[in-house]
Amino acid sequence: MTLLRLRNLSVEFATASGRFRAVDGIDQDVDEGEILAIVGESGSGKPVSMLAVMGLLPWTATVTADEITFDGQDLLKMEAAARRRLIGKDLAMIFQEPMSSLNPCFTVGWQIREALRIHLGMGRRERQARAVELFEQVGIPDPVKRLSAFPHQLSGGMNQRVMIAMAIACKPKLLIADEPTTALDVTIQAQILDLLTALRDETGMGLVLITHDMGVVAETAERVSVQYAGQKIEEQPVGPLFRTPHHPYTGALLDALPERATDRHLPTIPGVVPGQFDRPAGCLFSPRCKFADATCKAQVPPALGPELGRARCFHPLNTDERVAS
Amino acid sequence: MLNYVLARLLTFIPTFIGVTLVSFSFIRALPGDPILVMAGERGISEERYAELAAQYGYDRPILVQYWDYLTGVLHGDLGVSFVTKRPVWDEFFSLFPATLELSICAMVFAVALGLPAVVIAAVNRGKFFDRALMSTALVGYSMPIFWWALLLIIVFSGNLQWTPVSGRIGLQYYFPDPTGFMLIDSLASGQKGAFSSAVRHLILPTIVLGTIPLAVIARQTRSAMLEVLGEDYIRTARAKGLAPARINGIHALRNALIPVVTVIELSVGTLLAGAILTETIFSWPGIGKWMVDSIFRRDYPVVQGGLLLVAVLVMVVNLIVDMLYGLINPKIRKR
Repeated sequence: MTLLRLRNLSVEFATASGRFRAVDGIDQDVDEGEILAIVGESGSGKPVSMLAVMGLLPWTATVTADEITFDGQDLLKMEAAARRRLIGKDLAMIFQEPMSSLNPCFTVGWQIREALRIHLGMGRRERQARAVELFEQVGIPDPVKRLSAFPHQLSGGMNQRVMIAMAIACKPKLLIADEPTTALDVTIQAQILDLLTALRDETGMGLVLITHDMGVVAETAERVSVQYAGQKIEEQPVGPLFRTPHHPYTGALLDALPERATDRHLPTIPGVVPGQFDRPAGCLFSPRCKFADATCKAQVPPALGPELGRARCFHPLNTDERVAS
Repeated sequence: MLNYVLARLLTFIPTFIGVTLVSFSFIRALPGDPILVMAGERGISEERYAELAAQYGYDRPILVQYWDYLTGVLHGDLGVSFVTKRPVWDEFFSLFPATLELSICAMVFAVALGLPAVVIAAVNRGKFFDRALMSTALVGYSMPIFWWALLLIIVFSGNLQWTPVSGRIGLQYYFPDPTGFMLIDSLASGQKGAFSSAVRHLILPTIVLGTIPLAVIARQTRSAMLEVLGEDYIRTARAKGLAPARINGIHALRNALIPVVTVIELSVGTLLAGAILTETIFSWPGIGKWMVDSIFRRDYPVVQGGLLLVAVLVMVVNLIVDMLYGLINPKIRKR
């Protein structure tokens, strides 16, 4: 069943030099118990749509959408107080920088128990017991002692485990992880990803993994949504996406993987994601695309059918799947 | 922690010697002669002058005088006032509670009013309340304090007759003062109306003395709050679904308190040294007024001793505040 449903979601930021559209008409579904990865380069607006769902965008942002529903509830029409009862309980999020995402002035135990008290109204002893249980669940050794530690006394990996414990404290239905491993050592990255997958298996929660790391996607995700310059340009289950990407951008991203390099030089995508002032008129990827022609530069490509991964492209790759596979 | 305190106490020694040196030379650098001031307008004969100078030791070389003073201080002897003939030590501690009471009230006023206002202003950044508060703070900071005091006296004591003009308590009340704090002693005396009289005498001096700390706290805390509100852990707190009041008042303010404590630390020095203007305007019998009077009378022992005691107090307060930092922010906690 669909847990989160976004239709035509756009987010605009008011900046000193005018309005900047960070998310541009995205449709996205997340099902119960699935792992969806949102990938794209820096500047693609990956986390912004999820921050909009969480209501965490700064006041300069304007969110418009035809539909934002979570678990059958319309978030667009919901009062702020009602939404706060949902956020942190059924809908939780962890962030990129575990070291700075925890409040340095309070012990990690205090910060976890706070969530339990606010959302579940647990008593003091019950909270402590649950906090210990959570620390064990996320694999923090010596939980009783660690609960009274301050964030700066723990390593980055430990802090990310604390963040995860805090996020799953109230047994959320959906966990959004914004680049959860980017700031961590490679050895710790795999541990954290394994932990997130294991927690999904245990609790059946949905998991949205926002990342720019295709390796993480291949290992963890089940379905992949590729974003470019605020638009969703392709979406496929992970296997087909890696085998037969349809959008040239996805193809270029995969070609840039070191594992796939055939030459001494790693292929790159020239240029950068368009920003506020250099947004092309037609296809947003056309200035960097090796297949782009006059049509691409002039007209906005429509999203293709599901058999082509809903790619927004005039010249999709691997149109004949049999050839590709 | 103990090691840290001991290390800090060690640094007191050079500071202490420096202060004795400064206070000793400062008063002597001023033109004027204490014996001539004591003699008054009628003057003094040469023989009598020499006799007094010998009695106080002013005929001896300056270095010997300093050595005498320093050894006296180390024995706990700060000398005797020329004017009142009472030990400086006793005078200081009979006046100090008045200054302390006023300082505490002023600080409480500044913090209790400043912190909530600033939190609201920072959260509503750029809106009317924020702009109004910041302009008011700027006015409060740059206003001459004696003019502000006179203005308040004219309005509240003169026109409205709500508060008394000066002193610590109405003249009709008389009771023993074991603590020296008028609020406590008036309550303990059990006399009807004494406490409210003490409170009413405190209001205007408190406002006048608390104005500048209030303005400084407002401006400093606002920038600290704005910085903290952009931090990742505030986003985490919002992601937990906490109410805005809890996020701003607990998660953010706790982190923004460090600069506030610094402001308090800096203010304490000036407040304890006696709010000279405020105490003079309101005839508040505290340290500031006492020191100013002593300087005019060239009362060498009082000026030297008073300066020294105030300096030591400021050092102790700073040590306490430095330990408070650790309580507020565990990252700088000394282990």
